[in-house]
Amino acid sequence: MAERLATVAYLADEGLSTAVYLALALQRPLLLEGEAGVGKTEVAKALAAVLGRRLIRLQCFEGIDSGQALYEWDYARQLIAVRAAQAGTLTATDLFAPEFLSERPLLAALRAGDGAVLLIDELDRADDEFEAFLLEVLSDFAVTIPEIGRVAAAEPPAVIVTSNRTRELHDALKRRCLYHWIDHPDLEREVEIVRARAPEVPAALAREVAAAVGRMRGLDLVKRPGVAETIDWAQALLLLGASSLDPTAANATLGVVVKDHEDAELVRDHLPAVVAGGQPGRG
Amino acid sequence: MAEGTTGSGSPGDGGLPPAAAHALTVLVGFARLLRARGAPVGGGRVLAFCQAAAALAPLDTGRLYWAARTTLVASRADIDLLDRAFEECFGGDGAARAFIRVGGDPEALQDVAERLAAELPLLVAGVPVDGEAPDGEHGATAAGLVASATEVLRTRSFAELDEAERLAAQAAIRRLEVRLPTRQARRLRLAPGGRRLDLRRTLRRSLRTQGEPLRRAWRARVTRPRPLVLVLDVSGSMSSYARALLQFGFAAITVGGRAERAAAERASQDRQVRAAGAGRVEVFCFGTRLTRITRALRARDPDAALEAVAASVVDWDGGTRIGDALERLVTRYGQQAFLRGAVVVVCSDGLDRGDPAHLARQMARLSRLSHRVVWVNPLKGDPRYQPLARGMAAALPYIDVFLPGHNVASLAVLGEALQRRGRRAR
Repeated sequence: MAERLATVAYLADEGLSTAVYLALALQRPLLLEGEAGVGKTEVAKALAAVLGRRLIRLQCFEGIDSGQALYEWDYARQLIAVRAAQAGTLTATDLFAPEFLSERPLLAALRAGDGAVLLIDELDRADDEFEAFLLEVLSDFAVTIPEIGRVAAAEPPAVIVTSNRTRELHDALKRRCLYHWIDHPDLEREVEIVRARAPEVPAALAREVAAAVGRMRGLDLVKRPGVAETIDWAQALLLLGASSLDPTAANATLGVVVKDHEDAELVRDHLPAVVAGGQPGRG
Repeated sequence: MAEGTTGSGSPGDGGLPPAAAHALTVLVGFARLLRARGAPVGGGRVLAFCQAAAALAPLDTGRLYWAARTTLVASRADIDLLDRAFEECFGGDGAARAFIRVGGDPEALQDVAERLAAELPLLVAGVPVDGEAPDGEHGATAAGLVASATEVLRTRSFAELDEAERLAAQAAIRRLEVRLPTRQARRLRLAPGGRRLDLRRTLRRSLRTQGEPLRRAWRARVTRPRPLVLVLDVSGSMSSYARALLQFGFAAITVGGRAERAAAERASQDRQVRAAGAGRVEVFCFGTRLTRITRALRARDPDAALEAVAASVVDWDGGTRIGDALERLVTRYGQQAFLRGAVVVVCSDGLDRGDPAHLARQMARLSRLSHRVVWVNPLKGDPRYQPLARGMAAALPYIDVFLPGHNVASLAVLGEALQRRGRRAR
């Protein structure tokens, strides 16, 4: 699995590739947790690319309901149809015909079945009610639309659920899922990832940047930079014509990696140590 | 529950080939060990574990580990637990290899998975989810045990817990619903049960019904979270309680952070707009000096944070200068948005070394500045306790809510007390 993921420039370690493999083999949703920027969403994208499946993404937000996730009737078109048919006869069956149904990600994924990878992104942003609803869909991969009937997936789609842990997800949902915690990668892997994602960055620079970001994570930051930031930073430095990381260049481009004012000050205090290595002081 | 599928008199191993029986015992035994340590491992997880092991066969130690980790654990907090249990069961002296040699062949594992899958519905059917009126013998005891263990944990004082219980209590505290106190804001938003008519929207809606305002829209005032400030005594006698309260603070920060983010996201949508300091949680520690540890708590594990704080407090002689700590809080942070109108929770046993009059003055200032002062004193958990210590007696007139907070149950009460409306309810 790791090798197959590597073909689309996603470098997974043993744990993650095992988890992904098991999710496919056991046909269970995979719940990914980890800090922001460790590549949770990317897993789903890479998986879809590897399997040659369509990626269907459901971005969760507070207050999301089944109308936004599953299906909605196209009221405007229904109203027009009512007007148009005012003289003639129109039955309720005509009005709730499939052409008035707008498909949302979950329904799309059920219909696509194993032709899809369903990404349910940042589930922790949605509220409990939505989680309960999702549980229903994920347990039998079927929904009933009263006016039309039951829609069931012939083969369940691959499901990746991500959470940033801003709150604990409900146990019932976790029980349905396989679980994997994605950590920040170690130095070697991070260098590989930068090289795979941004091949134009020279190896030496990639290594310096990855090492510096690794040291930054050791500082007491509110928002620790993720892998995405490492890649951005390497690219930004390259764009400015820097061939290696020095304090001046690092200072000028710090906003690419550290996106919190207090954090930026903390990093600036330790900048030489962060850039050059050695023991950074604790903040 | 898979409780009954292993051990003596288990219904599961009859008729299985020896290799499969061995695998069943070991795999389920491992899952049970994990559950005994406090991880929420139910029957479904055990089944998934065995299925995963079968799917990954031929096994090696790494694969066995990852099969366990992806199926038996559902939270980062439990990963440590799993690692330790795995090391115990399968680490050292090639125990994993020994198991794999005997019970690790694909067929045996497949047998185990199928057997478990077949029996799981029966076992689960015997044990109602809420643990009430169980009729299945095997699951019944398990459900009962878990329930009573949790109950005991809720009411035991933090000071009496051993390490394992402390971890379980921490998990329970983190699950507590900490609701941030709220206040009514001026802004109106659309609300079905509101009192004021939203004319603009009503008019728009009336267009749908040929200009007849059949469906009216209403608005109501929004509520916004108040800031919450925790001030924790970390002197020697208080450490076990302070630890628990830090967990509580951690839970509150998580809630606060979410409220802040949600408010920021909605700011553009004419709904709850974030006010200065809304939904904020600040945490301070004091022994003889006041330290702000909000940052440490945001980024790190609360235990580690407490240790860092403990290390930074040099003069540990059991002396507590509450008055000085509060003075610093009020003078240094009083002008900042988070203290004004906040709910302040002070956690201390009130055994103060300083001047009681000084403490009383600072408490008075604090009570004027904040919305409400909650004092949590673990000694109050003892029914015979009287607030006679000089410091405690001096502070008492300025306290709105006086709570024990010595166990999980009373912290749950604290979580509710925070939100309650109305002031000066003594």
